[in-house]
Amino acid sequence: MNQAERLDRTFAVLSDSTRRAMLARLEREEALSVSELARPHAIKLPAIMKHLDVLADAGLITRAKTGRTVTVRLQPKPMREAMEWLRRYERFWNTSLDRLTLLAEAREAEARKAGR
Amino acid sequence: MTSLTLVRIIKARPEIVFDLCVTAEGIARWWGPDAGPVVISEADPRVGGRYRLRFRMLDGNEYESSGEFLEVTRPQRVRMTWLWDGDADATLIEMTLRPVPDGTELTFSQSRFPDEKTARGHEKGWSGSLDKLAAAAEKAAA
Repeated sequence: MNQAERLDRTFAVLSDSTRRAMLARLEREEALSVSELARPHAIKLPAIMKHLDVLADAGLITRAKTGRTVTVRLQPKPMREAMEWLRRYERFWNTSLDRLTLLAEAREAEARKAGR
Repeated sequence: MTSLTLVRIIKARPEIVFDLCVTAEGIARWWGPDAGPVVISEADPRVGGRYRLRFRMLDGNEYESSGEFLEVTRPQRVRMTWLWDGDADATLIEMTLRPVPDGTELTFSQSRFPDEKTARGHEKGWSGSLDKLAAAAEKAAA
């Protein structure tokens, strides 16, 4: 999978609020069991498992089984990549929009001077 | 909501801002990665019309990009696809203009789509604003 495809997948995964909440918790608590992760959510365990599958397929988490407990951990690399993409374009557009602002304001001043 | 959203208040009426956002002459003067010139600028600002931009960066490298206008509603809204030459990474750009007492509030957003066909089929893009994603990603990267 190339970087563009990975990014699309990361953003698709992040589009769901339950998954975002799970990632935020994993960031804070490092490692959690599946039942601990499921606890604050008002959805059934099978739905939680499905979200975990999506997160694991996208490489955002890893799962490790010890006895009867499955421990879930965050994998920061895909999120870092997504963040870099956002930063790159944020710079691009901030610079561009600065120029647009100056240009539009100059044209507005000209239009007013011309009595329009 | 989309992946990258920037809001500017511009002291100019919406019509002036809008024309700078869709005409070849306007786009050539502000759109670009750095202060280098835009060497080619072509635009056909109507639904289905295309545009093409070639940037020369300050380091001398040239990059070309192009896309298609999906919506052109003067002076409120323009939506277009955007693709770097040789890249499979098409994105959707949306600019919404709202008159405010001082001029225009411009909301600029860019979101990712695998290809232009997908972009045309999508209305909303992803949920999750830049702020949310940035907060989540920054935590994860820390």
